[in-house]
Amino acid sequence: MPKDKATKSILLAGVGGQGILRASDIISLALMAAGYDVKKSEVHGMAQRGGSVTSHVRYGEKVYSPLAARGSVDIILSFEKLETLRYIDYLKKNAFVLINDEAVFPPAVNMGIASYPENIPEIVGKVFKKVKVVEASALAEQAGEARTANTVMIGAVSNFLDVSLEVWEEVIGKSFPERIVEFNIKAFMLGRNA
Amino acid sequence: MKKIMSGNEAIARGAFECGATFAAGYPGTPSTEIMEQFSQYEGVYAEWSPNEKVAVEVAVGAALGGAKAMAVMKHVGVNVAADPLFTVSYTGTNGALVIVTADDPSLHSSQNEQDNRHYARSAKIPMLEPADSQEAKDFVKKAFELSALFDTPVFLRTTTRVSHSKSIVLLEDPEKPVKKEVERLDPVKYVMVPHNARMRRVAVEERMQNLRRYAETMPENRMEINDRRIGIVTAGMPYNYAKEVFPDFSYLKLGMVYPLPEKMIRAFATKVGKIYVVEELDSFLEEQLRAMGIKTVGKDIFPYSGEFDPGVIAEAVKRRPAKKVQLSPVEIPPRPPNLCPGCPHRGLFYVLGKSKTIVTGDIGCYTLSFMKPLEGLQGCICMGASIGMAHGLSKSLGTKGKGKVVGVLGDSTFIHSGITSLLNTAYNRSNVLTVIADNRTTAMTGMQQHPGTGLTLQGEKTVELNFESLAKSLGIPDVRVVDPYDLKGTRAAVREELGKPGPSLIISRGPCVLLNRGAARKRPFKVVEEKCAGCKLCLGLGCPPLSWKKYPTATERMLEERPKKVEGAAVIDPSLCTGCSLCEQVCNYGAIVEEE
Repeated sequence: MPKDKATKSILLAGVGGQGILRASDIISLALMAAGYDVKKSEVHGMAQRGGSVTSHVRYGEKVYSPLAARGSVDIILSFEKLETLRYIDYLKKNAFVLINDEAVFPPAVNMGIASYPENIPEIVGKVFKKVKVVEASALAEQAGEARTANTVMIGAVSNFLDVSLEVWEEVIGKSFPERIVEFNIKAFMLGRNA
Repeated sequence: MKKIMSGNEAIARGAFECGATFAAGYPGTPSTEIMEQFSQYEGVYAEWSPNEKVAVEVAVGAALGGAKAMAVMKHVGVNVAADPLFTVSYTGTNGALVIVTADDPSLHSSQNEQDNRHYARSAKIPMLEPADSQEAKDFVKKAFELSALFDTPVFLRTTTRVSHSKSIVLLEDPEKPVKKEVERLDPVKYVMVPHNARMRRVAVEERMQNLRRYAETMPENRMEINDRRIGIVTAGMPYNYAKEVFPDFSYLKLGMVYPLPEKMIRAFATKVGKIYVVEELDSFLEEQLRAMGIKTVGKDIFPYSGEFDPGVIAEAVKRRPAKKVQLSPVEIPPRPPNLCPGCPHRGLFYVLGKSKTIVTGDIGCYTLSFMKPLEGLQGCICMGASIGMAHGLSKSLGTKGKGKVVGVLGDSTFIHSGITSLLNTAYNRSNVLTVIADNRTTAMTGMQQHPGTGLTLQGEKTVELNFESLAKSLGIPDVRVVDPYDLKGTRAAVREELGKPGPSLIISRGPCVLLNRGAARKRPFKVVEEKCAGCKLCLGLGCPPLSWKKYPTATERMLEERPKKVEGAAVIDPSLCTGCSLCEQVCNYGAIVEEE
């Protein structure tokens, strides 16, 4: 069991199809392997069809709730810029904000009847001191497989977690078919070093 | 071995570990994965039944045959299955029968938020409620044990958060399935004619009394006595929320929510000061406590609707809102779920939306087409209701209606509970056009097989229901099949059928776009900007790859060499486009073409 005993929360947010559930599974497995109690929540079914998707990951010595309360999240891992704003009230004052530099237009924006907010990292940065933009799509391309953007984001959040690199590598190795493990390890490292 | 499992995976595992060999169900969020997981264990039989009523009847049969059997459904599925449930409570189960009901507080993926604990009381069936994945696995075993011990069906109730949250579970080795031998059934016990049922009614009451006594001693009902000033009575997931916010208070955690251990509750009440009852949805526990004469604080401060979380409980008890961070105000456009790019429903509902006819819809992905811009249907109540509602509407509107009413539903939904309603449109000489949006799967819940797909849950080849010949034998004279990717053909068919009196059926057949994702993708389409007239007609399809680029300045418009009245142009994201060609068909200016 790592030193940190209090329950902490990571909120993953994005759009259906971005690999959020897979990412939160991997993070949870790594935290369990590191000795934490872990609980996570996710959405399925109608809520998933191209809609807004979140997953809560909570870890500590003994975790009760799989859901974090509003105002209590330590780290938000946002796979889409706009979704950062939608769930911002889940964050603690001194939370870490990791934003994928990716915009997916919601239907109203596509139809030309609403506009996509500009300068999202700057808006968030006015209130939160620790904001980091990750160019996950570009780094995934660099890793050799465009679909590893979610693994890049795992790499980015790994810096904030007391989990050894060996554990991450082992969990990632077990989470993907063999032919794409290498791309995912590479994507993870690019995210970790970004 | 330790494993991170969802509540649903844990239920499947628990059933397998305790020797259950039989399960039947119908897909429905948040319950679906229980059947999918269970079906993969060695030596078990698992089936998707056409609907939940059939699933329960099948599981009853399996239990009468001596097996440990399980029927699995979402909360509204129990409504469909209520008929056999209320009476199998009388007959008892011989083997063991567990009914899993997965409730959906907050309606994440449902049409209502009903609290199925009431079914336990009204059907006189005991109900267990786990709080996390470990308990889900343990409690399903307990449910089978109780069923065999008391000769009763047993409910296992989960909520979305129990079913779809993951936590650490300790796996155990499976027991060897033991099946009770059965030669013939005892008719006095299993033929529910009034005389026999009256006798069984007495047996039910005795059983409930025995269960009440049992509830006092079962370890799943437990007191945690700490700070005695406050005692919290709770069950299921809300236990975790309360425990997180108030770790030092005393708790009475109920593993069995019906029947309740009255003596234990009274003892708890004497040990603690103020009693809070923490439960999602209805005041099911609280009303029973109050009927015992115990003073409680509950629904007067906690919400009666929606899922709880630690914040909800803290705010209610402390009576002040939690501190939340405020950003400078930004308009956040909503991101509702949407039909996928290339979805076969899009063309059909585009046509129905433009038809100006009353369209009653049903439960499935296509329900989403009620939204702008498609606005393809105007009603949805429950599985199969579309056809019956359309029939009633058409009868009640009579000649005042604008011609025929349309009832539209999916293939799986039609099989679930549309067949009898379609028969009704023929029998009662209806003026209804029924449309089956046949995408060859149960899409919304994640691609489950059904009697129209030719495959079983466990992957065996089987007969494939033929909708066309079924409709003919039900007495529908006009049956035709359209390709929803052909807008002109679909429009013509709908128009023609709406013009004819009497019942008719259109089968709009196009496989779900998620079914063959591995298949060779068609070339995406693109907008030729200089041809785009900026009419936005294509945006009326509500297709995710299609968006609007507004020219912000006159200069930009001039740079693109566009006429003055053109305010912008449509854009297609090639990474999302599946090449279905609907937008090309909609465009009057030839501005949308296949990429080279």
